Amino acid sequence: MATTVKPAIKFDQIQFKEGTLNSNVPEGPIQQIWDQYKFDMKLVNPANKRKFTVIVVGSGLAGGSASATMGELGYNVECYCYQDSPRRAHSVAAQGGINAAKNYQNDGDSIFRLFYDTVKGGDYRSREANVYRLAQVSNNIIDQCAAQGVPFAREYGGMLDNRSFGGAQVSRTFYARGQTGQQLLLGAYQALSRQIAAGKVRMHTRKEMLDLVIINGRARGIITRDMVTGKIERHLADAVVLATGGYGNVFYLSTNAKGCNATAIWRAYKRGAFFANPCFTQIHPTCIPPAGEHQSKLTLMSESLRNDGRIWVPKNKGETRRARDIPEAERNYYLEVKYPSFGNLVPRDVASRNAKTVVDDGYGVGEQKNGVYLDFSEAIGRLGKQVVKDRYGNLFDMYTSITGEDPYDVPMRIYPAVHYTMGGLWVDYNLQSTIPGLFVIGEANFSDHGANRLGASALMQGLADGYFILPYTIGNYLAQAKLDAVDTSHDAFNEAEGGVNDKIAQLLSINGKSTVDTLHRELGRALWDYCGMARNEAGLKKALEIIPQIRQEFWENVNVPGSAEDLNQALEKAGRVADFLELGELICLDALNRSESCGGHFREESQTDEGEALRDDENFSYVSAWQYAGNEAAPILNKEPLTFEYVKLTQRSYK
Amino acid sequence: MNLTLRIWRQKSKGASGQFASYPISDVSPDSSFLEMLDLLNEELMNKGEEPIAFDHDCREGICGMCSMVINGVAHGQDREPVKQVTVCQLHMRRFKDGETITIEPWRAQAFPVLRDLIVDRTSFDHIIQAGGFISVGTGSAPDANSLPIPKSKADYSMDAAACIGCGACVAACPNASAMLFTSAKIAHLNALPQGQTERYQRVVNMVTVMDHEMFGNCTNIGECAAVCPKEISLDFIANLNRDMMVASFQGVTPTVSLNGANK
Ligand SMILES: Cc1cc2nc3c(=O)[nH]c(=O)nc-3n(C[C@H](O)[C@H](O)[C@H](O)COP(=O)(O)OP(=O)(O)OC[C@H]3O[C@@H](n4cnc5c(N)ncnc54)[C@H](O)[C@@H]3O)c2cc1C
Ligand code: FES
Repeated sequence: MATTVKPAIKFDQIQFKEGTLNSNVPEGPIQQIWDQYKFDMKLVNPANKRKFTVIVVGSGLAGGSASATMGELGYNVECYCYQDSPRRAHSVAAQGGINAAKNYQNDGDSIFRLFYDTVKGGDYRSREANVYRLAQVSNNIIDQCAAQGVPFAREYGGMLDNRSFGGAQVSRTFYARGQTGQQLLLGAYQALSRQIAAGKVRMHTRKEMLDLVIINGRARGIITRDMVTGKIERHLADAVVLATGGYGNVFYLSTNAKGCNATAIWRAYKRGAFFANPCFTQIHPTCIPPAGEHQSKLTLMSESLRNDGRIWVPKNKGETRRARDIPEAERNYYLEVKYPSFGNLVPRDVASRNAKTVVDDGYGVGEQKNGVYLDFSEAIGRLGKQVVKDRYGNLFDMYTSITGEDPYDVPMRIYPAVHYTMGGLWVDYNLQSTIPGLFVIGEANFSDHGANRLGASALMQGLADGYFILPYTIGNYLAQAKLDAVDTSHDAFNEAEGGVNDKIAQLLSINGKSTVDTLHRELGRALWDYCGMARNEAGLKKALEIIPQIRQEFWENVNVPGSAEDLNQALEKAGRVADFLELGELICLDALNRSESCGGHFREESQTDEGEALRDDENFSYVSAWQYAGNEAAPILNKEPLTFEYVKLTQRSYK
Repeated sequence: MNLTLRIWRQKSKGASGQFASYPISDVSPDSSFLEMLDLLNEELMNKGEEPIAFDHDCREGICGMCSMVINGVAHGQDREPVKQVTVCQLHMRRFKDGETITIEPWRAQAFPVLRDLIVDRTSFDHIIQAGGFISVGTGSAPDANSLPIPKSKADYSMDAAACIGCGACVAACPNASAMLFTSAKIAHLNALPQGQTERYQRVVNMVTVMDHEMFGNCTNIGECAAVCPKEISLDFIANLNRDMMVASFQGVTPTVSLNGANK
């Protein structure tokens, strides 16, 4: 029964393939592609929609909005999540806001500008046509959410308020206090609840997807484990949608929820879906630094804080005075100095890397010397305490409850943390993976953000995919797919369920000495040290030695107590970490292959004289789509070339 | 810090449970309450015992997953200068070295215990399904600024919408009533112009399902608001009662089917 532990993969064993991927972007001027395509797509006759069943794994912004909308259209939807309620998906934690090209502020925004900013912000590693469509539907999202009753912030005249966010020079971000993600998710959850009541969506909570079932080359179902009873179950459908969020938890410490995982997309990868740009991870500049070894997750302080807070470190190494006692002249407002036009609002990757540099150089603040100051004293002087409180009150409260310090009084301490994964399963213009019938939406796909996501654009993308794109493209698929009549007794279900059971039995039988968390922490440390904010060849090669060793140790010496038939959180965790231990290796392989720097992927070997990320468009203007080739073999790297017709390739500069 | 933990252990739904005592040492005052439980669980597993099961996910006070009664108080008692928080935001610096801490699950008929500190809260979802939404299908919305909403109204609605659905209100209430939760969703939607069309049907349907789910009656004790980590106000309950009155004058009757509901 015991499967052999995946051996280490050597970089020189990798094969490269070109011309294997078709993005299926229709021809035409970018402004018209989507509208024309919506007309050209095949429709499912309204009376036939109820004959189709769609599985949606995930109930966050992407999965929740897709399930609700497909339910409204008349499909039978089976929606799964691992929490006890769909309302708890990690989208709930997004604080800052959601972008749209409404131009309500009359400050020169437009669909084209949002498109342009997103392609440029992503450092030219995304697909133009997808990004253009995203910008187009952004406006519908705001309309939809407002109609659902999302209590967006408003001006006194009753119109929607906007703010500028994370490096944008227009005010296009809509928000609901510091809880935008929560409110948008509740909007989607309420729409979903309405469809559940109508009998069009069946919600399956506390169910974890553990494998994907493919029949005759098409995604036809999933295997889940009931997290309360331990029961392994088979589910059949006409198409499967993965909306399972990001995999930032591969780093152990991240701003993701503890349950966020890669299992669903990793299983799909092993069943043939290509995994794109796994090394594109976003490190968010404004998080609370770890307080010690016990730290279990990191908390984000919304980046909107950078609108009014000023970032600095002391000019003296090893400074021991309290922040307030350090005179102005002895403070280094390093972002304002280095980037006069953007100042504290430079994009995330730039802000993060600069924080790392000053901390590495010994200017870090706080007991552990692992942070930089984010100071509101100037803003409080300028605006008054009440205005600052209105804008950021809940964030300040959160900071106080975690650190015991009062940011109205002493500057916050912040440090970058893993936050978002631009990488994910490869999808074409239809949001379909390389497996027919398997669609991937939200953070789980490799998305529209290229090598760096702009603030407030993930919520936009999740809802764009779920409300306005997938419901169309999946119809086009279902209208044409000639699906075989099968049931869950099919061999493919037997095989998948057998594999799931074997793996669980194996995890429970090792009875070793290491806890899952210990090994997960080790994996996270290796990735953070060698594949974090700055990467280089030697470090990545080192990580590629360490990770297989941790994996080996895991399968020989992990301790997973309890039984398979109970609610068993240790077992849930073990399954997820087993997948992270494989994904972590792929992340490093991808980072090693991409010897250019772009966006959040900073290869030390490739930088400008000023220390900024230096792209190599000649050699790397492509999406890296990794193809699983078996447990023992090296994966195959497929390249999707990227061309830029509308946004001229330029080196990003935020000076 | 060194502490003694008295924790409710229960193998499964319907099984009988009991308290078990665990000493724990070297807890950092900077760790969160859940990180302290992580530490205990590591120790238990290293000794070959099964860890304590408890619900948690975001660990930043917003998902509403974490849920436990600490020394008799839902989410535990935080102190000034911070207001009430979720247990994942509670930090050990709030406790005294040498203290004995009692940890129990939410206790309410409508929230059966599934294991140790984990309860089943799907009854909350059923209340929302009864009418906690505005019926607007995808694609049918007008331009967002075509309907101005006074800032005060939007703010009031947001105050109510801040509810995270954790269930502390139910756990704290001697009657295990879900009035605070239900009234918050009703206030969120009924305060807005978009919510007017379904206003009275919404309140009647949601209250009907709430009663059906075996939550107790509200007798205005106020324990719910006292433990609420999001400061959901008792005023929303008064608003709900007012809307119920109007609905009954208007003769609005429930249109919700109870078949799908819990238990
Ligand atoms: C702290 C924080 C703040 C953020 N702030 C912003 C912001 O201000 N603006 C912005 O645009 N973006 C922000 N982001 C990013 C954004 O929130 C996310 O990218 C986005 O919400 C992801 O949505 P999703 O629907 O793809 O995934 P999620 O919301 O993570 O949902 C995943 C769903 O999949 C389910 N699931 C996962 N695995 C399985 C499995 N194996 N089996 C069954 N179900 C499974 C989960 O239960 C859940 O329902 C923030 C992210 C974080 C972490
Ligand atoms: S774990 Fe999410 S609110 Fe506590």
